[in-house]
Amino acid sequence: MAYIDYYKLLGVEKNATDKDIKTAYRKLARKYHPDLNPDNKEANLKFQQINEANEVLSDKEKRKKYDQYGEHWQNSEAYEQAQQRGSSYNPGTSGGTNATGGYDFDGFGQGGDFSDFFQSMFGGNRASGNKRQAKYRGQDYQTELHLSLLDTVETHKQTLSVNGKSIRITIPAGIENGQVIKITGHGAPGANNGPAGDLLITFLIQDDPHFKRDGKDLYSTVPLDLYTAILGGEIVTETLNGKVKVKVKPETQNGTKIKLKGKGLPIYKSENVFGDLYVTYSIQIPVNLTDKQKELFKELAQL
Amino acid sequence: MATEELIKATVFCTYHEIDYSFILLLEESGLLDLQLVEEEKFISHSQLQQLEQMTRLHQDLEINIAGIDAIVNLLQRMQEMREEMESMKNKLHFYE
Repeated sequence: MAYIDYYKLLGVEKNATDKDIKTAYRKLARKYHPDLNPDNKEANLKFQQINEANEVLSDKEKRKKYDQYGEHWQNSEAYEQAQQRGSSYNPGTSGGTNATGGYDFDGFGQGGDFSDFFQSMFGGNRASGNKRQAKYRGQDYQTELHLSLLDTVETHKQTLSVNGKSIRITIPAGIENGQVIKITGHGAPGANNGPAGDLLITFLIQDDPHFKRDGKDLYSTVPLDLYTAILGGEIVTETLNGKVKVKVKPETQNGTKIKLKGKGLPIYKSENVFGDLYVTYSIQIPVNLTDKQKELFKELAQL
Repeated sequence: MATEELIKATVFCTYHEIDYSFILLLEESGLLDLQLVEEEKFISHSQLQQLEQMTRLHQDLEINIAGIDAIVNLLQRMQEMREEMESMKNKLHFYE
């Protein structure tokens, strides 16, 4: 695992004062705080990093240890042992005499949001101290759920697996492409007993081969043979809930649009309210005409 | 009749280690609606999430009430714009 330069993360010099560190941290925290950057994974990660840097550099004992070892942090274990024996550890020597007092790593939060480097060097827990330990809200998890247009017709339940946990969610009928549903408290656990983040599910509705969607309304194009278009009749057309018979008026023009009321999509969170289906006729000109057919068309043309 | 879940404002303050005056200031600024039941102030469950967000902004970033007000409004506008953008994207897709 790589060494992390906490000074660089906060943008301060190695000889920065406590005040410099606090100021730099505040400035960056305001920039990357998860509440100010919803749905921004990079900002969330950056916030975790600067939090960790602040955790180390704002704590005298941790900063001392970090400064002492720097890139040779692997030696810190020996330092810990020396601390427990009540003596200081000096790399390259067989021990020293200046005891600095032990670290108190007991009784604090899980620290699950720290890097491997931090956990390896400091044991994964936040240091004790008199200062108030800020409760940090856990990171939001984001996931995408692909649905077909047909899946949006009825409210249904689906089980998702998020970070090893199964979550059963209700997907309301009429959900739109790109719509986000927030499941509160199902994100990453918070630090220092802070609240857990949320799970944000983005719904991606796949294109349908037969229907185009515009909000609650559906659009489709159906072929109509020339003779039915001219003489009128009946055709059978697809809707999301099955086939329906549609009457065709005589002398129907190409591109005529008809409305099938209530055959669109259900309106989100409105029970039994549906959009409409608009069907556009695409009149098919017959091909490979027989001589007889050609003759009859000529006759028609001369009438 | 639908019942509403209420949380005692003092309980919220104890849990989040915040001063009661912070809650009162949010109420004064119109950022929070407190309900008075037998002389005790309560927070409705529907406001809890936003109140927790405002508390985090105050505690983590030391943002004052005016700053919180501005941020909450901007975040709301951002959310509205995002929804509008999604709706426009879907409309554009319809014409593709």
